[in-house]
Amino acid sequence: MTAMSMVQAINSALDCTMGRDPNVLVMGQDVGYFGGVFRCTEGLYQKYGAHRALDTPIAEGGIVAAAIGMGVNGLRPVVEMQFADYIYPAIDQIISELARLRHRSGGEFWAPVVVRAPSGGGIRGGQTHSQSPEGIFTHVCGLKTVMPSNPYDAKGLLISAIEDDDPVIFFEPKRIYNGPFYGHNAGGGRARTWAEHPAGEVPEGHYSIPLGKANVLRQGTEVTVLSYGTMVHVAEAAIEHSGVDAELIDLRTLLPLDIETIVESVEKTGRCVVIHEATRTSGFGAELVAEVQEECFWHLKAPIERVTGWDTPYPHAFEWEYFPSHERISDALRRAAACD
Amino acid sequence: MTNSVDGAAVSAYASKLHIPRASSRPGETSDFQSLAIPPAGSLRQPPLDVSPQDTADLAHGMVRVLDDEGRAVGAWAPELTPRQLRAGLRHMLHVRAYDERMFRMQRQGKLSFYMKCTGEEAVAVAQAMALEDGDMLFPTYRQQGLLFVRGRPLVDMMCHCISNAGDNLKGRQMPVFYSWKQGNFFSISGNLATQYSQAVGWAMASAYKGEDHIAAAWVGDGSTAEADVHNAMLFAATYRAPVLLNVVNNQWAISTPQSFASTGTTFAARGLGFNIPSLRVDGNDFLAVYAVTRWAAARARAGHGPTFVELFTYRVEGHSTSDNPAGYRSSDEAAAWPLGDPIERLKQHLVNLGEWSDEQHTALAAELQASVAGDWKRAIALGTLEDGPHWPVESMFEDVFKEIPEHLRRQQEKVRAKS
Repeated sequence: MTAMSMVQAINSALDCTMGRDPNVLVMGQDVGYFGGVFRCTEGLYQKYGAHRALDTPIAEGGIVAAAIGMGVNGLRPVVEMQFADYIYPAIDQIISELARLRHRSGGEFWAPVVVRAPSGGGIRGGQTHSQSPEGIFTHVCGLKTVMPSNPYDAKGLLISAIEDDDPVIFFEPKRIYNGPFYGHNAGGGRARTWAEHPAGEVPEGHYSIPLGKANVLRQGTEVTVLSYGTMVHVAEAAIEHSGVDAELIDLRTLLPLDIETIVESVEKTGRCVVIHEATRTSGFGAELVAEVQEECFWHLKAPIERVTGWDTPYPHAFEWEYFPSHERISDALRRAAACD
Repeated sequence: MTNSVDGAAVSAYASKLHIPRASSRPGETSDFQSLAIPPAGSLRQPPLDVSPQDTADLAHGMVRVLDDEGRAVGAWAPELTPRQLRAGLRHMLHVRAYDERMFRMQRQGKLSFYMKCTGEEAVAVAQAMALEDGDMLFPTYRQQGLLFVRGRPLVDMMCHCISNAGDNLKGRQMPVFYSWKQGNFFSISGNLATQYSQAVGWAMASAYKGEDHIAAAWVGDGSTAEADVHNAMLFAATYRAPVLLNVVNNQWAISTPQSFASTGTTFAARGLGFNIPSLRVDGNDFLAVYAVTRWAAARARAGHGPTFVELFTYRVEGHSTSDNPAGYRSSDEAAAWPLGDPIERLKQHLVNLGEWSDEQHTALAAELQASVAGDWKRAIALGTLEDGPHWPVESMFEDVFKEIPEHLRRQQEKVRAKS
């Protein structure tokens, strides 16, 4: 085991899979010689060569389209979108092509492409470097959608994603690339770097975490908290702040969703709060609320609440007012716990 | 292993992925010596109704006016008065002083981000001077010079960059993503090249309405890879829209060299395939940039449709405050760039004309630095990024729609109650 940041863990996942399978390559803007603007592909160019750490033109649609063609022809391309906010020019290739190719060809063709995309706010990135578009992709049939919350999971999940024969959209919450984050002015004495955090202990070799399996991070009796990515850590701080004995579930994979783990928890607590950073309306939280309502209605003692980003573009000056704070989450937990 | 093509045996599977090279990587010597730079004044100026295919020599060559001695030579030498030339020089020096100040303020934590245009000042400044005020500008984040020529107060630009109460964008955008409707300067997007095809639409509307305003759009060498650039060129050519489509080839897209988008020829050459008259111009030559822009604008206004222009220049600094170019290119590149510095070249020309001196130049640079420092003080008096005052926080819910719908009104109330 070695202490790794999430950037290093992702790099290690790419290195492990490229080392084992010559058909795996990474491709994207600045990923080759430079090693990526967030450094996730550092050293791969030197180790595996320019054709396996492939710099590309600035053409997201072209990158994904080329990856599909490569995937159809036996390779396993791992695409890096420089920011999740830049994924939209590729959306036709992802939604109409990558996601549906297997189905529309009656199982004849498929492309095992992973699209990695740094997402989320908290780095003063304004509206074009802060978005969380996961809900767009979970709405599309045929894509698996993943968002890890720590280095250990990031590596294990990315290896699974690369080895999976289905396309995977892999969101990397960039606010926690280098250390956990508990919300603005929150955290107290908690770990600030991954080296200080247990989930920063990462095996150097190959291992995998199955897609579709959630992780119960904290056992609790009063409220079930469903979250993923950066917000898992903010939720942890909020649970402590609220004094509510909440059970915290890190979904890790949004689709396929680990509904069994969720149902088991909500049937026990009778209450549920859903947290994500993305905008509220038609966000993935709406899907979670609907699932919990359908599966657990007779066990519920409180309305299921969502704590999310507001329905506005991500504002540069009001980052922390937009970001779901530990205070907002804590209020929701107390409101839920007060219902009986 | 052999294969057969038309009965002839050939050695099979010789295909390999071609990985384009950079002009240099760290530790290497830059290979600009291999660039074919035609002498100043060597290219003709065609008539405004030139057929696109008759511009092939201009698309593969390079329009240059200022020679190595700073003389304006050849058919493209524009008629500019010394007063206009001095105004151009002043704008470029002003942009550079502004960039240096803002970069420094970012390093001190006063801005979250910044992008300089060092070495490329002639592009935006000469082009804005060559266009009319009613022409609509669709820039990237590296044409701040347009704002200087159009007369935007620097205090306003700074207020935007620090998202304070004086920011006309109400704290919503990252620094340098300016918008200024009054100056016909379109809102800059963080997503690359989207404005390129929008500019064509704006120009189509101008033609549709029978107005003589044209649109001008810019995109970087790297961003020409985006599908929006193809869309722009196709629509512009199809409808003969009155638009000037510029590619600022500054050689680098963050760490990616222009060779990953140029396909081994000039960017200007791409216009020929769309049947658009196309030229490449020395982007560090103020006079050449001005002349080509005047020519293209006159073409558009005369009903001859779009012109595609590659401005050949060099990004002297990093892409932004977020990258260090020493990690991906040789540190000697800027010094080795064969087309010099646009400010120095225009200065040399003015000195040759007897219209400028070293003393005046030094005094002007100092005056502009002092004026930028004064503007900064006035800007931060209206609020800072970290401590404000900013716009009221509940203002983030405005302008999502023209009227705030009920669901947003409820969210706004929650924020107001907390603030």
